[in-house]
Amino acid sequence: MLKPESEADLAALVAGADAPLHVQGGGTRPIGGPTNGTPLTTSALTGIELYEPGALTLVARAGTPLAEIEKALAAEGQRLAFEPMDHRGLLGTTGEPTIGGVIAANVSGPRRIQAGAARDFLLGVRFVDGAGRVLRNGGRVMKNVTGYDLVKLMAGSYGTLGILTEVSLKVLPDTATVATLSIDGLDDGQAVKALSRALGSPFEVTGAAHWPHAAQGSGRTLIRIEGSEASVAYRAGELQAALAGFGEVAFSHDTAANRTLWQDVRDVAPFHAQPGDVWRLSVKPSDAPGIVAQLSGAQALYDWGGGLVWLRVPEGTAPDKIRQPVDAAGGHATLIRGNRSAGVFHPLPAPVAALQEGLRQKFDPRGLFNPGLMGQAA
Amino acid sequence: MEMPRPNPQVIARKADLIERLSRVLPADAIISDPAETRAYECDALTAYKCPPLAAILPASTQEVADALRICHDMGVPVVPRGSGTSLAGGALPTEDSVILGVARLNEVLETDYENRFIRVQTGRTNLSVTGAVEEDGFFYAPDPSSQLACAIAGNIAMNSGGAHCLKYGVTINNLMGVTMVLMDGTVTEIGGAHLDAAGYDLLGLICGSEGQLGVVTEATLRILHKPEGARPVLMGFDSNEVAGQCVSDIIKAGVLPVAIEFMDRLCIRACEAFAKAGYPDCEALLIVEVEGSDAEIDEQLETIMEIARRHNPVELRQSTSAEESAKIWLGRKSAFGAMGQINDYMCLDGTIPVSQLPYVLKRIGEMSGEFGLDVANVFHAGDGNMHPLILFDANKPGDLERCEALGAEILKLCVEVGGCLTGEHGVGIEKRDLMTDQYAPEDLSIQMAVKDVFDPKWLLNPAKVFPLASSEAHRIAAE
Ligand SMILES: Cc1cc2nc3c(=O)[nH]c(=O)nc-3n(C[C@H](O)[C@H](O)[C@H](O)COP(=O)(O)OP(=O)(O)OC[C@H]3O[C@@H](n4cnc5c(N)ncnc54)[C@H](O)[C@@H]3O)c2cc1C
Repeated sequence: MLKPESEADLAALVAGADAPLHVQGGGTRPIGGPTNGTPLTTSALTGIELYEPGALTLVARAGTPLAEIEKALAAEGQRLAFEPMDHRGLLGTTGEPTIGGVIAANVSGPRRIQAGAARDFLLGVRFVDGAGRVLRNGGRVMKNVTGYDLVKLMAGSYGTLGILTEVSLKVLPDTATVATLSIDGLDDGQAVKALSRALGSPFEVTGAAHWPHAAQGSGRTLIRIEGSEASVAYRAGELQAALAGFGEVAFSHDTAANRTLWQDVRDVAPFHAQPGDVWRLSVKPSDAPGIVAQLSGAQALYDWGGGLVWLRVPEGTAPDKIRQPVDAAGGHATLIRGNRSAGVFHPLPAPVAALQEGLRQKFDPRGLFNPGLMGQAA
Repeated sequence: MEMPRPNPQVIARKADLIERLSRVLPADAIISDPAETRAYECDALTAYKCPPLAAILPASTQEVADALRICHDMGVPVVPRGSGTSLAGGALPTEDSVILGVARLNEVLETDYENRFIRVQTGRTNLSVTGAVEEDGFFYAPDPSSQLACAIAGNIAMNSGGAHCLKYGVTINNLMGVTMVLMDGTVTEIGGAHLDAAGYDLLGLICGSEGQLGVVTEATLRILHKPEGARPVLMGFDSNEVAGQCVSDIIKAGVLPVAIEFMDRLCIRACEAFAKAGYPDCEALLIVEVEGSDAEIDEQLETIMEIARRHNPVELRQSTSAEESAKIWLGRKSAFGAMGQINDYMCLDGTIPVSQLPYVLKRIGEMSGEFGLDVANVFHAGDGNMHPLILFDANKPGDLERCEALGAEILKLCVEVGGCLTGEHGVGIEKRDLMTDQYAPEDLSIQMAVKDVFDPKWLLNPAKVFPLASSEAHRIAAE
């Protein structure tokens, strides 16, 4: 395992490389097609370089453990609002998730529906490109339209365009109270309707999930509200009234228990000890139940008001079986757990695939970084 | 401002170009008479003007694709245009270019409250997107002050923001998908009604690319339910520095307002004369707005006003009615217009880390003295996006040059303290030649490599964003 100790060492290593590299942070998120390069980790590039709570910004080296960042933020009553998922439980991996890995995979949690994705909180990057150059884009300010936004391009590129060495993030205040409203017994279609009603209200829902098999085999629909105690109580009351037509709406304001519950939603906990392949679908919320209904033998967990579907299917289920209904409706499906040689990411329309391949050739002309991982020719 | 030499061969083939375009566009969609093309000679950066070879106004994605293919084949540069409100010269034509205006692409294509999005053609104005959904209680959040006029097309190209983006984000945070036509006429669909488009984040790349990567004809935008209520509070201070400190303290306290706007004395007076909003006459004014139910607003404002009190405000007053709130915002949103009525000015748009506000305001004051030009400040303080307005006299020889020199110094100061040249107006031609102050040559070269991929012939808005000396090799290689 190559483990450069500094950005300069990393740049020199890449400049001198003559064979592919398999780039990783903590290695806890083995997502993407198989790639055959020499393993390289950024885990020695650590440290929070700047944290200004009054400016809501934090700058850290890419290999900094996520836990270290979350601890520093918690000490100031702040957080990463996009609440990155921890993949270890679902994928059975061990090790220390890094902030670079979170960004490279654009990992977001339930709050994505309200606050935005990881990429929406990324203000700036430094990275090493395929020629071994250290490049910079964006900065550490909240609004920046100076030149092209390569910051977002790097987020979700899974290390195939460059190796991140530093990221600047926008952070937000944490909230005092976390409450959950829940309705039992809804089928998937009704559940998504209830979640849409909540998300289409002015009451700032920050989580909207549905677990079809949570309550003794029937569904449980979950809605999260956060804020000051008084504000949460008020909004809970309003939402209970708005959702009354869907059934009895239970209210819990046990903040600690609710934090755990939403961590489970975030980490897809119900699938942890269960066998089978796991797919992740991004679709228009109202399309989700219909897509799931077409897949016999699939078990689903809904997040993002239905827009994010986690699907557990029998091991070895043909990718086309999942992709076909998703294609018909619009959206994309990614294989998160299972045999990764059959294609992990959703095939792109030809003109978009051509742009993607064109970019890759500019950023990494020698094809050094994670060849094959995002489906491009090895 | 230096522009590339117009291509004489393109100009010589004007008649041929018009003839070919007329095969794919209706006659009234092609403007080639020099008396009429003057209407497109500049955007809101009026210091620079140049009529285009022709202007075209396609009414569908197909017409855009057909027209672009012709221009591509003939090697004609194309400058996309929304409503022409760019303050950076983003829509400034060159003599050998065709202006492609999207004004006729202004339909709402789909409204979906259940899934909370609206799909529109991009020539639609920002405010009319909200207009299409507000009866049902929804709105489109990004609210540039120019929202009555500016088009979604320009908002996407500039990644525009507004006063309320502290809470709701700028254009890219509210953009879910686009239909974009590449310079060679290829139509691409990126993203849609689902979140996080597949593959690389091309949406993130296109947004803010100033019309250099493709012509965006349709957009899927996130819409939100309107908040129950909103209330601004006015805070007056007797120094800029204290106001800056108060902003930082509010943010640190964990209540995040939807907007924190700043004005200094020069601006306060101009805006008050214009809007009669009841602004106090003081050195520095903050408008802080929070949202929610009445009780929620009370709770948040209590915390915020408590912080303000620690900074000895000369005025601390909540709005007491919807009319008063509207006036307070009218004053702020008319700031540029109000200043324009009393003076010529140049508007800057740098962003700085919020923690640097007091220092940067102090330095701007000193620099203003050194250059002998007044500077008024009005800006989005919550996110550090500054709009210093340098006042000058356009009729006085040398004043514009002095003003531009001071502007450049202020923007360099923004970069020096960890900020950037432009927070929401874009680079255009205005800040083009300062790009080397923010980025190293290789940082610019990777950005230009992106343009090589999307527009290999460098025909789309080619003279913008990158200093001509930096882009020369790419433009020559593209010929
Ligand atoms: C009084 C005033 C106040 C303003 N306030 C704000 C503010 O608060 N916040 C803010 O962010 N901006 C503000 N602006 C700047 C300006 O309004 C924005 O940049 C706006 O988004 C430009 O939109 P437009 O439709 O007028 O675009 P145009 O000026 O026509 O064009 C702007 C850029 O977009 C490109 N473009 C246009 N159409 C397309 C297309 N279809 N595809 C690809 N590229 C295209 C053009 O080539 C150009 O580079 C203000 C301007 C004025 C005059």
